[in-house]
Amino acid sequence: MTTIQIPLPKPIQHTRSLRQRIADNRWVYLFMLPSLVLTLMFTLYPIFASFYYSLFQWSGFTSAPHYIGTLNFSEVIVDNQFYNAFKNSFIFMFCSVPIKLSLALVIAIVLNDRALRLAPIFRTMFFVPVVTTTAIVGIVMTFIMSPFNGPINMIMLDLGVLARPIDFFGDPKLALYSVVGVEIWKWLGIPMIYWLAALQTIPASLYEAAEVDGANWRHKFTYITVPLLKPFAVIIVLITAVGTLNVFALAMTLTGGGPYFASEVMEVYIYRTAFGAANSLTLPRIGYACAAAVYFGLSVMVMATLQLFGARWANKERAGLAAAETTAGGA
Amino acid sequence: MAVKAKRLSNEEHQRRLAIRATRLREIVTTIILTPLALIWVYPFLWMVSAAMKTNNEIFRAGTNLLPNEPTFENFQRAWVQANMSQYFLNTVAIAAGSVFIVVATTSMMGYVLGRYRFPGRRIVIGIFVATVFLPKGYTIIPIFELIGNLGLDGTLFGVILAQSGGAHVIFILLFAGYFGQMPKELEEAAIVDGAGFLRVFFQILLPLAKPVMATVVIMQLIASWNDFLLPLVLTLPRPELRTLSVGMFAFRGEYFTDWSGMAAAATIAIVPIIIVFLAMQRYFIEGIAGAVKS
Repeated sequence: MTTIQIPLPKPIQHTRSLRQRIADNRWVYLFMLPSLVLTLMFTLYPIFASFYYSLFQWSGFTSAPHYIGTLNFSEVIVDNQFYNAFKNSFIFMFCSVPIKLSLALVIAIVLNDRALRLAPIFRTMFFVPVVTTTAIVGIVMTFIMSPFNGPINMIMLDLGVLARPIDFFGDPKLALYSVVGVEIWKWLGIPMIYWLAALQTIPASLYEAAEVDGANWRHKFTYITVPLLKPFAVIIVLITAVGTLNVFALAMTLTGGGPYFASEVMEVYIYRTAFGAANSLTLPRIGYACAAAVYFGLSVMVMATLQLFGARWANKERAGLAAAETTAGGA
Repeated sequence: MAVKAKRLSNEEHQRRLAIRATRLREIVTTIILTPLALIWVYPFLWMVSAAMKTNNEIFRAGTNLLPNEPTFENFQRAWVQANMSQYFLNTVAIAAGSVFIVVATTSMMGYVLGRYRFPGRRIVIGIFVATVFLPKGYTIIPIFELIGNLGLDGTLFGVILAQSGGAHVIFILLFAGYFGQMPKELEEAAIVDGAGFLRVFFQILLPLAKPVMATVVIMQLIASWNDFLLPLVLTLPRPELRTLSVGMFAFRGEYFTDWSGMAAAATIAIVPIIIVFLAMQRYFIEGIAGAVKS
């Protein structure tokens, strides 16, 4: 995604005026219209609207909003529940992303081995959870990991690994990490495919040449696989990290944010503040939820940008080093 | 002569050793991977098995995957009593609608971006690339409000439109890349024959883009089938419009002790999408891999 390359048609000569060129291309603009309108309505507009709504006190879509300036923002920033959800979202990301990416890389390297004839079947098996309906998988997992007759606890009790069943989603200390575990299981297939696609760009002849020179698997991994995967790794880490923040369906069905908000992530917090209060006594607070969403959306964007710049800087450093080495070698 | 023959057999020996080492590696990795892969799909095996057991058997016999006396009564209970039939139809309608709109809009956008130079092209590409890094899910409140203002709240079309509106950058890039590679002669011949812009696209180029279209269809189908937040929020006032995932979420409180019924409902929702995936797996995986390559 860092270098988007769409092959361009041959440049035409720009002897005509801009207005003429626009008129010549009227069909082109007409063709872009549906896609652009949908994107403006449902992707770009909501981002700006969130900012706007966050300036209002607004309790429900039928009542009239009341302008209160930045009061929502100053209240959100000292709200313990917001802080809790914010922290949980980042704990979630920092636990899930490294484990998911490294496990996926190991599996991808093993599956990339041409000698493994069953590789396509294994790939499919690891990938199946990805295509299944997240909310429904979440509900099924509450049965499978249930402390009351759930098969995982029963198997471990039978094997004598456990003395007492574990309450994966009911124990406040465990709940968030249980959700992380299910999330890793559910989405591992995507980074696995990313890594496989990246691995397939490495020519097999490189490994063969290394083998002739007597390299073992560790040499091959550190001197061929790692350096050639690096450019892909940056974008894979970024896509996976942003994707890991979209855990609404799993978090909602596995724990609903409980027990006592122990596993409440940002999306669940926003949903609860804006919509979920409908069944309870407290009023929904839409402006307030928008202010929380704005804070969180901004921090994610800042993080993604920093990561991109960091990666670009690291690439430059490396290019500089490589250049220095070649000149030194030449001299 | 004798020396040469000996060297040959030595090489032959080396080659055989290498083959044997490869085979050994294959066997060892297969032995390690098989249980891991089985654990990976275990939840689905458990789900299908529990759907064919009675509640008594699930709680009593526990971990055995094969049901004693397979029953299909649970499926009937889920389909009729728990309204899964209605939710299934809603989900199919939403998926069909959003697949149609997404294929139409992204193929048209990809076509012009891949094959034409025009003022504003860079701006359009910039907008789409920027949306990749925007976290989704934080925009749900304005979307809910927008659908309400359009008078589409409590309609399936509202859900379809909102699902089609996510900027499908990867689909657009896939189409743009594919259309961009096609030779210019294709449309030149047609234009000489008097074909206009629309005919060139719909009759000549679009039919050639079937592989990309298959990828987009299957990816959007799975995304739409699995969507939760949008249908949950947009069908809040109209329970009869719920999708499979929203429906199961809503009645899990009600039927919490009916594990076999819930497992049957989950099987009804999940097995069709697994079958679609297995049948068209190649296109799906190519689409995912395309995200990294581009």
